Amino acid sequence: MSTRLASGGRFLNRATVQNFVFNGKRLRGFAGDTLASALLANDQMMVARSFKYHRPRGIVAAGPEEPNALFNMGRGARFEPNQRATTTALFEGLECESQNHWPSLEFDIGALNSLAAHVLPAGFYYKTFIHPRAFWKHVFEPIIRHSAGLGKAPQDRDADRYEHLYAFADVLIAGGGIAGLQAACVAGESGARVLLLEQTLHWGGRAVNDGAQIDGAPAQDWIAAALAKLTALPNVTLRLGTTVSGVYDHGYVLANEHVGETTPGDGRPKQRLWRIRAGQIITATGAIERPLSFAGNDVPGVMLAASLRDYLHDYAVSPGDRTVVVTNNDDAYLTAIALKEAGLSVPLIVDARRTLTGPLPQRARDLGIRVEAGWAIAAVKGTRRVTGVSLCMQAGEGGVIEEIACDAVAMSGGWSPVVHLWSHCGGKLLWNPEQAHFHPDPARPPLGADGKGFVRAAGAANGQSQNACADADHAARAALAHLGQTARTDLTLPVLEHPTQAAMAPVWVMPQGANQKLRAKMWLDYQNDVKVSDVQLAAREGYVSVEHTKRYTTLGMATDQGKLSNINGLAVLADSLNEEIPQVGTTTFRPPYTPITLGTLAGEARGEIFQPLRRSPMHEWHSDQGAYFEPVGHWRRPYCYPRGAENHADAVKREVLNTRNALGLLDASTLGKIIVKGPDAGRFLDMLYTGVMSTLPVGKCRYGLMCNENGFLSDDGVVARLDEQTFLCHTTSGGADRIHGWMEDWLQCEWWDWQVFTANLTEQYAQIAVVGPKARTLLERLGGVDVSKEALPFMGWVEGTLGGFPVRIFRISFSGELSYEIAVPAGHGRALWDKLHAEGADLGAMPYGTEALHVMRAEKGFIMIGDETDGTVIPQDLGMSWAISKKKPDYLGKRGQERPHMTDPDRWQLVGLETLDGSVIPDGAYAVAPGSNANGQRHTEGRVTSTYFSPTLGRGIAMGLIRRGPERMGQIVDFPTTTGTTVQARIVDPVFYDKEGAKQNV
Amino acid sequence: MLTLECPYCGIKACETELAPGGQAHLVRSGAGASDDEFEAYMFARTNPKGVHFERWRHAYGCGKWFLAARCTATLEVFGTYPAQTSAPPARILQEISARRPDERAPK
Ligand SMILES: [Zn+2]
Repeated sequence: MSTRLASGGRFLNRATVQNFVFNGKRLRGFAGDTLASALLANDQMMVARSFKYHRPRGIVAAGPEEPNALFNMGRGARFEPNQRATTTALFEGLECESQNHWPSLEFDIGALNSLAAHVLPAGFYYKTFIHPRAFWKHVFEPIIRHSAGLGKAPQDRDADRYEHLYAFADVLIAGGGIAGLQAACVAGESGARVLLLEQTLHWGGRAVNDGAQIDGAPAQDWIAAALAKLTALPNVTLRLGTTVSGVYDHGYVLANEHVGETTPGDGRPKQRLWRIRAGQIITATGAIERPLSFAGNDVPGVMLAASLRDYLHDYAVSPGDRTVVVTNNDDAYLTAIALKEAGLSVPLIVDARRTLTGPLPQRARDLGIRVEAGWAIAAVKGTRRVTGVSLCMQAGEGGVIEEIACDAVAMSGGWSPVVHLWSHCGGKLLWNPEQAHFHPDPARPPLGADGKGFVRAAGAANGQSQNACADADHAARAALAHLGQTARTDLTLPVLEHPTQAAMAPVWVMPQGANQKLRAKMWLDYQNDVKVSDVQLAAREGYVSVEHTKRYTTLGMATDQGKLSNINGLAVLADSLNEEIPQVGTTTFRPPYTPITLGTLAGEARGEIFQPLRRSPMHEWHSDQGAYFEPVGHWRRPYCYPRGAENHADAVKREVLNTRNALGLLDASTLGKIIVKGPDAGRFLDMLYTGVMSTLPVGKCRYGLMCNENGFLSDDGVVARLDEQTFLCHTTSGGADRIHGWMEDWLQCEWWDWQVFTANLTEQYAQIAVVGPKARTLLERLGGVDVSKEALPFMGWVEGTLGGFPVRIFRISFSGELSYEIAVPAGHGRALWDKLHAEGADLGAMPYGTEALHVMRAEKGFIMIGDETDGTVIPQDLGMSWAISKKKPDYLGKRGQERPHMTDPDRWQLVGLETLDGSVIPDGAYAVAPGSNANGQRHTEGRVTSTYFSPTLGRGIAMGLIRRGPERMGQIVDFPTTTGTTVQARIVDPVFYDKEGAKQNV
Repeated sequence: MLTLECPYCGIKACETELAPGGQAHLVRSGAGASDDEFEAYMFARTNPKGVHFERWRHAYGCGKWFLAARCTATLEVFGTYPAQTSAPPARILQEISARRPDERAPK
């Protein structure tokens, strides 16, 4: 069984017991444990069910490469799925449960899939769930949905907070093992700004557990000295528990720091996302041990040899009393020796190599451990945990020569450098046949803005584990040279010594001639349940690209991302295709290296501060009045102001009728206001608008349309000429920033010799529309400006002091009523608004919102950008040829509008639509035409663009684009609805109300 | 996440401060242009794997548009320059030919 030894465990603090709950069971661990080590100490060997076949799965690794031990962690607002036990620090009160099991881990229904494994081969979903089509909705889809995805999605809003931190470094070092520390010492002592990030909670990496000596002493001594030195350097920043998760263009790096995970609710962020810009990056990310592919290599109790050694040294956990070691290299002998020295039993070391020459096998034999060369594991016995192994010759087909009882298997298939960070931004790899691994090709690094490499690999990550100090020293000096900094020459290079290791021998399938039955039990990818037989099947079915094979078999998907399964899978594929591994190549390594929770990526940008809201100077008043707000760009505008028991429709109706019959006040502050000024301002606006602006007299306003170069309508608004060289261009509320940018683009990049300046003054002014038959009366009460018909006619503007306020009054109307828009410096906006309401109370003054505004403009047939336009509509479609100059030689969009498609008389054009039954046509409805197209869909001949209930007319009105619409006045068109009914409407003039304009011309 | 130096304010700007504007040095074809000229202006883009001249706006900085010469494959930047020009300046072209002797000069 798996137990805690009575002494040892270099990371443990046995004085502090920590209680935790796993699948409802109360268990105990110590401070310093990971969740994985604590589970193993409690003999929880089986911790999960596999994804597809629901096979029992145990802990395989001790680091981020762990494929099986993913848990649902916490509950309620702190629930989080897919948390990896090997990288989760234990804390008092931790609660977790295993995933992919139902109803319980021990008795799982889905495990029946395992019995049907032969019908779930590679590409099963693609092959099976195709026919019959009718099965999709009710049979296939529910099954797939039920079984898809790892873990459960959280239900509640996350109770924790997360933050982002920006950092800059000359040299960023990922990984705090021997190589990372040495690189940091060289760069740091040379004066560079160094950031050293280590994903675990401990410095030194594998060196201690691998028995390394530095300068003739145990590695731990040198690690302590190096840390003391680095800590004292003000230019060096050290962080534990911080994973570099991605390397991006030009030295941009994301790292994820665990901050308050073990102390939930203490107010600190749970995690911190580092957003780093680094001059040079050194990846000292070490290497990951590979599994061996033998039958039953997924039975709980089969672990990576070095990970098993880590549990023993670091946490005093013995995963088994009797451990069989199986290997193709010398490194695994360190595990056998460590187990033996801890007083545990190692009945056999199975070494696939035929001849063993190194000192480590000799040392094992000297300790009395039986070693068999050229042997292999034929199969692992046991289901929920290892009970033994049957053995065979590696060179054969699996004929069993002996069986041995054991309760753990330590396997080692060699080591793969962690090349993820090197590869994220385009670094290329080389194949090393002696080590059977890919390592960074120093001649083809990821390139920075200067065209030179900005990432360097060091130590085991560079395939240089035996030579890590010198390799890191070299990397650091090269990085400094690249940065133009001088490396200190008086530093002595530490002498690193590892136990001598003889050559490994690549072993991709064990035994070499294993039959189909054995290969169907050899797992390549534990997490995605991909076996040797699946990859071989994919190859037989014609998959030759590694990227395609990955998708087809799901090898290396999900959180694995090529950590454990990559090389073994590639090797099996290469073998099946009769190619060499480097010719098959690797799949693409993509960030993040380990999963990052979405909360960390969002950081503080959630809730109210997800994005800044823009509020008009009168926003608080609207809020106090109980206005119902709607988003308009980043603005929040009152949609309507319900009173008492009114619903929104009632409120809109009241606001429209009151404005038409008495007096309405609209907060129009969000309207875009751009000043265009200079000797060439008129000429510039003549290019920007379809109409002529240069002839506009000072003191007058003119409505204008702006198009893009395709000719499509992009924005509209009223332009006022303030003086000879100054125009004030009003834009739509949502369009101000975009149009200002558009103006600047043309001025800076095309007509840079034209003398024009622009300024976006949208927020500098509050604007209030005073609308209705009593509008003039109200302004006259305030006094100070002559607003009579003669002094201020329609489409004129004046400047003056109104009721003590410095104002510009524009006599323009978007409602068809007598209307004044009053602009006032933003700081006066609220006071003027209050005063207008106070003085206008007995005249019936009421605020109205954006919906009443929309209804009134639709009653008048005025278009709205974004309703009548959708980026494919030209002004001519909207019957607005009157706003297009025929005389101007050019304007933006003119050439585009001359194309045959734009002048086609069959284009859909703007008309009014009057329902025969007075109802309101549903938003977005299409008008259908006779016949259907090649896909069996009904032909269409138009669509509704604006549709409202008109309180003024007491029935539904709409505007729409209809093929040849203006030629078809009086015809009836059909609008099918989503409920199966059809609304019939008559094509009419789009102006429904006061066609003569009598109401505004007073 | 590119970094490009804004030639106006001299800031080495991160991509998050910038807004892209597509291919640089397009010649506008307005009223009177032939169909071919208009098509070339509106739609024909070079899309090279290699040296590319691009428009960028220092949108969250000084607000100015500038132009950049960049390799789309390696993301190497040969230089940035003000937008008030109809062709890449000589120093940019020299920089490109020094680093990419095989690259042909743009039309
Ligand atoms: Zn700038």
